[in-house]
Amino acid sequence: MSDVTALTAKQAADAIAAGDLDATELFEAYRAKAAADELNAYTWVADEAPAPTAATAGPLAGVPLAVKDLFCTEGVPSQSGSKILEGYRPPYTASVVARLQAAGAPLLAKTNQDEFAMGSSNENSAYGPVLNPWDRTRVPGGSSGGSAAAVAGGSAPWALGTDTGGSIRQPAALTGIVGLKPTYGSVSRYGMIAFASSLDQAGPLTRDVTDAALLYGRMTGRDPMDSTSLQHPEEIVLPTAERLDGIRLGVPEAITGEGIEPGVFARFEETLKLAQELGATVQRVPLPHAEHGLSAYYVIAPAEASSNLARFDGVRYGLRVEAPDLLSMYTRTRHDGFGAEVKRRIMLGTYALSSGYYDAYYGKAQRVRTLIADDYKRAFASVDLVVTPTAPTVAFGLGAKTADPLEMYLNDLFTVPISLAGIPAISIPSGLSDDLPVGFQMAGPAFSENRILGAAYALERAIGFDATAGRV
Amino acid sequence: MIDREQVLHVAKLARLELSDDEVGRMATELSSVLGHIETISQLELDDVPPTSHVVEVANALRADVETPCLPRDVALAAAPAVQDGGFLVPSPQASA
Repeated sequence: MSDVTALTAKQAADAIAAGDLDATELFEAYRAKAAADELNAYTWVADEAPAPTAATAGPLAGVPLAVKDLFCTEGVPSQSGSKILEGYRPPYTASVVARLQAAGAPLLAKTNQDEFAMGSSNENSAYGPVLNPWDRTRVPGGSSGGSAAAVAGGSAPWALGTDTGGSIRQPAALTGIVGLKPTYGSVSRYGMIAFASSLDQAGPLTRDVTDAALLYGRMTGRDPMDSTSLQHPEEIVLPTAERLDGIRLGVPEAITGEGIEPGVFARFEETLKLAQELGATVQRVPLPHAEHGLSAYYVIAPAEASSNLARFDGVRYGLRVEAPDLLSMYTRTRHDGFGAEVKRRIMLGTYALSSGYYDAYYGKAQRVRTLIADDYKRAFASVDLVVTPTAPTVAFGLGAKTADPLEMYLNDLFTVPISLAGIPAISIPSGLSDDLPVGFQMAGPAFSENRILGAAYALERAIGFDATAGRV
Repeated sequence: MIDREQVLHVAKLARLELSDDEVGRMATELSSVLGHIETISQLELDDVPPTSHVVEVANALRADVETPCLPRDVALAAAPAVQDGGFLVPSPQASA
């Protein structure tokens, strides 16, 4: 076979199963590419292909997997993009990674990310920014920017990411690949270094929709180690339908083009037209509280983060800055170990939870979360999927939004409300604007992944996006 | 909206040392973000129940049986300092 890395994960898995491709050869081809990566997409790459095991005969057939740094992997650095965990090698592997390894996807590499998954550009990593393979002067999005750049650049067949407020979908959009944020709870969080536990969700970043369905189908399932994990009521199937007959798409009333780059909005409208040609209907849906999503999110996520990140105190793992007394050891370790954005969120969250402000911020934000979730429930009474552009812009320049945190947060305007509602959503590439990829986002009710993947597959075929321009 | 004094108070709660520079920057940045967040105070929320968790499950219980956990030496392996099978930390009392 000529260039085995040109195959999608599904094609590679089929070729291995048919005996036309050797799993070790495939691993080596990707390993060489990942080791030579110039995008800073990786924080660790395997030294050699693992010896073939029984798992290689599993449904994922030995197709290697890149994994976001924040998933614990036994004996392999897992640093969550932070200096405070530099060199940390966990004593156990995250459930979802173990599950995929058992299904036949060996660990290829760990991918760079924003520190503790806080960021929309991957510029908050203690291990340096990741470059967008489409234009190396631009960001790949974040926080799963390394996973996105790895898949878009072709040095990994597929990757795991996590999405708390858009961290799978937005980088997928900005790098021209597919990113699925599943229903909250449908994938175990055990062994994911926590950011905001009521929102964190693992999901696939892939070259196409079929690969997303194949990988997600092996990720989901109840895990006794995560009491919030749930059994998916449906088996995830590989999509086949080429039409969208009878599918009702809802466009939020607030999406008028304002605040969205013209090229991004043009691709969005074209994709809607294409969906109608495939048999879908398009109508407007009111989501009156979605505009408050960012506000609620930037209380809830930092509040949970400030609590989760209390564990990094120089006692059990990671960095310790020596000091004469315990309290100074804590405060100095955290001063030296955390980056600027993480400190900002810890401060914001601690403030929102502190005595006298709890009701005004955290209490209110939780009530807004209810309103947003109810908005979506109402919307899904009249439509099957709610659609928006994934991000209001294409990939922006390195450093373009680092001066103003609020401006960076606004890039997640369309992804955050969906996270608050805990519902699944996908981003698929819908064309280019200024030669850069644009993402189309589709959200459905809880556990509607089959519906979302099905519609995404039909649209993907009709759009015919050429991702090869982004390959390194 | 947030002054230096409040920043220092919150930093103390968060067990986070901040440089003088960071305190000033934090006051400005937190004020800007909180200004944006203030928009939710216009909403009528008294009759709305809070959502702490989107998954509609009540209790997730397991059988009360012992299961293996990390061996002590493995749990201690990544610690910066260890003594007598435990995590070693400086004294809570500041030394003179």
